[in-house]
Amino acid sequence: MNSPIKLQPDETFILNVGPQHPATHGVLRVKMEMNGEYIVNAETVIGYIHRMHEKMGEVKTYPQFLMNLSRMDYLGALGYSHGHVLLIEKASGIEVPERAEYIRAIMVELNRVASHLFWFGAFVMDLGGFSPLMYALQDREYILDMLEAVTGSRLTYCYFRFGGLYNDIDDDFISAARRFIPRMRKSLKKYHKLVTGNIIFHKRLEGIAPLSQEMCRKYGASSAVARGSGINFDVRKNEPYSVYPEFDFDIPVFHECDSLARYKVRMEEIEQSLRIIEQGLDKLPDGPIMPEKKPKLIKPPPGDYYQAVETARGSFGIRLVSDGGKTPYRLKLRSPTYSNMHLFDESCRGMMIMDALAFMGSLDLVIPEIDR
Amino acid sequence: MSLTLLNVIVAVVIAIAFAALNAAYLVWAERRGAARIQRRPGPNINGPFGLLQPPLDGIKLMAKQLTIPGGADKVLFIAAPVLAMFPAIMSFVTIPFSESIVAKNMNVGVLMIFAFASTGSMALVFAGWSSRNKYAMMSSVRAVSQAVAYEIPMLITTITVVMIAGSTDLMEIVRQQSGSILHWNIFPVLGNSHNLLMPMSFLIFFTCTLAETNRAPFDLGEAESELVAGFHTEYGSMGFGLFFMGEYANIVIGSCMTTILFLGGWNAPLPFLGFIPGIFWFLLKLYLLIATFIWIRWTFPRTTIYGLLNLSWKILIPLSLFNLLFTAGLIKVF
Repeated sequence: MNSPIKLQPDETFILNVGPQHPATHGVLRVKMEMNGEYIVNAETVIGYIHRMHEKMGEVKTYPQFLMNLSRMDYLGALGYSHGHVLLIEKASGIEVPERAEYIRAIMVELNRVASHLFWFGAFVMDLGGFSPLMYALQDREYILDMLEAVTGSRLTYCYFRFGGLYNDIDDDFISAARRFIPRMRKSLKKYHKLVTGNIIFHKRLEGIAPLSQEMCRKYGASSAVARGSGINFDVRKNEPYSVYPEFDFDIPVFHECDSLARYKVRMEEIEQSLRIIEQGLDKLPDGPIMPEKKPKLIKPPPGDYYQAVETARGSFGIRLVSDGGKTPYRLKLRSPTYSNMHLFDESCRGMMIMDALAFMGSLDLVIPEIDR
Repeated sequence: MSLTLLNVIVAVVIAIAFAALNAAYLVWAERRGAARIQRRPGPNINGPFGLLQPPLDGIKLMAKQLTIPGGADKVLFIAAPVLAMFPAIMSFVTIPFSESIVAKNMNVGVLMIFAFASTGSMALVFAGWSSRNKYAMMSSVRAVSQAVAYEIPMLITTITVVMIAGSTDLMEIVRQQSGSILHWNIFPVLGNSHNLLMPMSFLIFFTCTLAETNRAPFDLGEAESELVAGFHTEYGSMGFGLFFMGEYANIVIGSCMTTILFLGGWNAPLPFLGFIPGIFWFLLKLYLLIATFIWIRWTFPRTTIYGLLNLSWKILIPLSLFNLLFTAGLIKVF
C-alpha cells in the first residue's frame, strides 16, 4: 500500500480470484497479476450470471417485465422496481395516490436498511470477523418478516404496480415498523461499539484505497463510493422524485476518500433511512392505493423517457424508448454497481491482496446487478 | 527396565489420547462457543448437547477419498498433515499436569517443546509447496514469516521465566511458583523475582501463542476471505482432518505452556485450597485460557500481514528484550 515497491514484470504470476471465491460475493472473476502479495494489474471479468434483462425488456410487455427488476439486485430489490414504475407512470401519465407513494418510500427505505445490514455483515466477514454478520442478519430478518407480511415475498418482491401497490399495509405492519426503529437504533449503537471502535478494524481500513473525486467522476461512481470521496450526490436530493422532498433527512458525506469513509457513509445512511421511515409513518395519509382511472393496456406514447432513483447500491437509471407499442422499443438499465466495480481495476494496482479485497468489499458489489 | 519402558509407553498412549480427545472436543466447544456468541444454537442434534458431533465428523472425514491434485508433490503432500499433528502430540509427553501426572519429565522440557513447535510450521510450508496451488503457496509464505516473527519474542519471554526459575525443567518452574497467586510468574509479588513487568510478559507470550497457533486475529495463513482456505485448500478427507486437529492440539499445547510458565501450573491460587488435587487447577486454568482463545476469535476481525509483522518486530521484540535485561538486573540485585 503506502510503501512503493519495485515491480519486476518478469517475476509476476496470474492469480484467478473467482468466479468462485469467498471474497467476490458471487460469480465475479478478477484476473490479478501478482508480484508476491502485491497486485501489479487487475482485470475484472464479468458475464458469468448474465440473464439478458434488457433484451427481455424489449420482448415482454410492461406488466410482464415488472418482476424482472427485482431479480437484478436481490438485496435491495424494491428500489429497482420503484425506478421502473416511476418511469412507466411518467411515460403514460398515470396519477399515483399519495398514500401509495408514501408506502413505497417506507418500503424502499426498509429494503435499503436490510441491504445495508447485509453489506455490513458481509464486509466485516471479508475482514475476518464473523460474528457481526449473524447480528446483522438477525436485524435484517425482522425487516424481511415485515416485508413478507405485506408483499408476500422475502427477497424478490413484485409489490409495486403501475399507479400504485399490490397490497395495502395494515396496523400490524405499522406497529411492527414503529417497534423496529428503536430496536435498530440500539443495534446500530452496538455495531459501532463492536466494529467501528475496534482498533484492528480501523487499521485495516484507514487510508486504504483512497479514491479521488476525479476517479469517481471518471467512472461514474455513485452511492457511498462517491459520497465517501466527498461528492455530495444523492438522487433523492439532487433529482427529487416520489415523495422524498416531503422528508427531512441528510445525505452523509465524508471527505477521507478511504474504505473507512465508505463504511461510515453506509452506516450513517441506515440512520437516515430510519428517519425517513419514522416521518413516513407519521405523515401516512389515508386513501386508496390504486388510482381510479388507469389505462387497461399500458402503451406509453412514442418518445424517450428516463428516470433515476437512488437504490441501496447507488443511482440506478432506467431509459425507455417507446414506439407506442405494447413492448418497449429499447429499455436500457444503468446499474450503479457496474460503474462502481470498474473503479477496482485501476485503483487496486500496487495494493496488497488483502487490502484490495477489503476495498472490494467496501464497494458493495452485487454481481447479478452488474451482469443484469 | 522393561517395566519402566512399559510405563513410558502407557504414558505416551495416554498423552496421545488426551491430545486427540482434546482436539476433537475443542472443535465442538468452539462451535458451541461461537454459536453462543452469535445467538444461535450450534450443533445440538447428535447426542446430548451435540456431543456426538466430533466422532461423527471424524467418521465422515475418514470415509472421504483423499484426492491428490495433479502435479502435486505426492510424498510431501501426504507427509504434511502427519507432520502437523505429530509435534503437537509429542509435546504432550513432557507437559506436567500435576506433581505426579507427567509422561516423561525431562530437564530440558522447555527446549523440547520449542523444538517441536518449530517443526510445526514446516508442515505448513510442505503443505503449501506440495499442493501446487497459488493460494496455498501464498499462505505458506505468510505462515513462515509469521512463525519467524513470533517465535523470537516468545522465546525471549520464555528465557525470562527460565532465568527466574533457574531451570529449564517444567516441573521445577512450576514448583518455584507454589504458594499463592502472588507467587505465580504473572504477579510475582512474593515470588523470587519481584519483577513487576511480568504481566506484560504474560500478554506478550499470550499474543505470540495466538500467532503461533494461527488463530484469529492472526489467522493469516488460512485467511478464508482472501486465500480460500490457505495451505489446506487442496486437502480433503483426513488430510484436512489432521490439519484441523493439529491446530487444536497446538492451542492446547500453547495454553499448557502459558499455564506452566505464568499461571503456576497445578498450584492452587490460595494456600488453603491446596487440598483440591493439582490436576483440577491445571485443567481449570487450561480451559479458561482456551475459552479466551475462542472468545477472541469470534470477536475480532483479522489483522493485515504487515500489521502483524510490525507488531512483532517493532513492539513485542523490543519490549520482551527490555524485560529480559530488566529481569537479569533484578536477579543480580536480589
